[in-house]
Amino acid sequence: MRNPLRTTHFFYKLNTQYSSPLKWHITGDSLLKIISALFASSVLLFLGLMVYELVNGSWLSIQTFGLNFLIGTKWDPAISQVFGALPLILGTTVTSVIALLISVPISLGIGLALSEYMPKKFGFAISFLVELLAAVPSVIYGLWGIYVLIPFLRDHVYLYLRTFFGFIPIFSGPIYGGGFLTASIVLAIMVIPTISSILRDLFSAVPNSLREAMIALGATKWETVKAVVSYARSGVIGAVILGFGRAVGETMAVTMIIGNKFQVWPSSLFDAWYTMSAIIANELLEATYDLYVSALINIALVLLFVTLVINILSRLIVWRSIRLVRGIVKE
Amino acid sequence: MRKLDHYKFRVFKDHIMRFLVYLSLVLVLIPLFSILYEVVKRGISVISLDFFIKPTPTVGEEGGIANAIQGTFITIGLASLIGVPIGLMSGIFLSEYNEHKLSVIVRFFNDVLSGIPSIVIGVFIYTLIVRSIGFSVIAAAFALAIIMIPIVTRTTEEALKLVPLSLREAAIALGLPRWKIIPTIVLRSARKTVVTGILLSIARIAGESAPILVTMGYWRWWFAGLDRPVANLALNVFIFATSPFESWRALAWGSALVLILIILGINIAVRIIMREKSW
Repeated sequence: MRNPLRTTHFFYKLNTQYSSPLKWHITGDSLLKIISALFASSVLLFLGLMVYELVNGSWLSIQTFGLNFLIGTKWDPAISQVFGALPLILGTTVTSVIALLISVPISLGIGLALSEYMPKKFGFAISFLVELLAAVPSVIYGLWGIYVLIPFLRDHVYLYLRTFFGFIPIFSGPIYGGGFLTASIVLAIMVIPTISSILRDLFSAVPNSLREAMIALGATKWETVKAVVSYARSGVIGAVILGFGRAVGETMAVTMIIGNKFQVWPSSLFDAWYTMSAIIANELLEATYDLYVSALINIALVLLFVTLVINILSRLIVWRSIRLVRGIVKE
Repeated sequence: MRKLDHYKFRVFKDHIMRFLVYLSLVLVLIPLFSILYEVVKRGISVISLDFFIKPTPTVGEEGGIANAIQGTFITIGLASLIGVPIGLMSGIFLSEYNEHKLSVIVRFFNDVLSGIPSIVIGVFIYTLIVRSIGFSVIAAAFALAIIMIPIVTRTTEEALKLVPLSLREAAIALGLPRWKIIPTIVLRSARKTVVTGILLSIARIAGESAPILVTMGYWRWWFAGLDRPVANLALNVFIFATSPFESWRALAWGSALVLILIILGINIAVRIIMREKSW
């Protein structure tokens, strides 16, 4: 990115160097610089402290179970006091992946509509509405899910799915309405604003010369759009990974809808399941002994690790891609 | 002739794709309008004067959300007291000391922090603060502050970058030192955008419930000191959503309505402020 202050910085240097009576101004400058730098680096402190605290808090669980924590399939706080998080990890991953399968095509459509198809005036209003969707709190999605989406899906969608596709095992089984497919649908609605707003910015950054060239070659609008998407493809991947990170960490709406059933693999798409974030929200306050609490913190640590990796990866990709698209970095 | 057919096929495909793109817009607006409609429809029937002046009911009694509104404002206020100065200063650093090596690292990890799930931040505060001083509003405020810092930082940085360079240069030409230019000229001219950023971050934390749940727990009484929990609107929705009593479920919808009005109100206000362009 262009550094707008580099030129001014040069003047600052001149200023501080040659105006000798302003000595205390110089200290004022460096003071503000140091103070703001200290505040700014608090972000690093928070992240570092977070990693330390969560490792520290889950140390008991790490010592007791080691890597078995990640592949264990038993969660029994009451009797044997054995904790394994594999079902939770699977639940989180599968719901998030299904959410992405639903939300990525729609987000692509929205990103393209806003950047390529719609006039700017309309686009402004529509992107405001999409941003509103991002502003709706997670609990309200949960409430809406319980009382509006679940009855609708149960009576009008799932029943037909089972009637017509019931011979396929994943479409058979009892229908509660809630369950991991419903949770995935709500997750999809929740991550659409995240992905689509990145895609909109990304596509808007694609230089117009590309579109002009495509049009000059006689391409239809869709062929032009395809060229735009392919030009920004690495950024699209970054945006999708970022959306995955959002979906993985989502707590309240999922907790209210997924059914909170601890099992390795659900019997059908309509079955209940459990996720990492949901079990923390449900059990942290009720955990009665140290190992139990430690196991829950261990789950938070896994979640932190996953989202850290996802975020670092996707930010790097998106950053680089936007710079690439704008022609700042040469490949 | 074959060529012409191929052309027709391409145009056909173009039409189909245009249709799908607009369809995706419709698809995403359906849940938004459905949520707004249902929350207003079911929430409005609960709203009465009593609803706003009575605290959370006990079993079998009528009640309201007065204590939850009080608690939400206290929590948000405390979180802003911690989060806004840190976010503002970080934003100033990122925008005004852009040439500093640290700024690249901070900007990057600021983005990373904004992607950490709020429940993880809640558990972090649980191990850091709750374990020593207990479930309390101060712990919840810290958790919310950590959620709002990346947002404030980011928006402040963007806002300050919009201030034209010529303004800074003019100030330098007048002999002002940088530490005077930043608060009196740069920050002052961008104040509208900075304030909207802060408002948006407040709208964001007002709806957070997962970190509240693990740092403060559920509390049905009035504010009783900083080392005690307070009630919370978003948590009200979660607790009462699946309750067995009809009147309590109504309370969840009422809380949801108030919450969504606060959040949408802030978002719309921000839009109106931003429309009168500051720069």
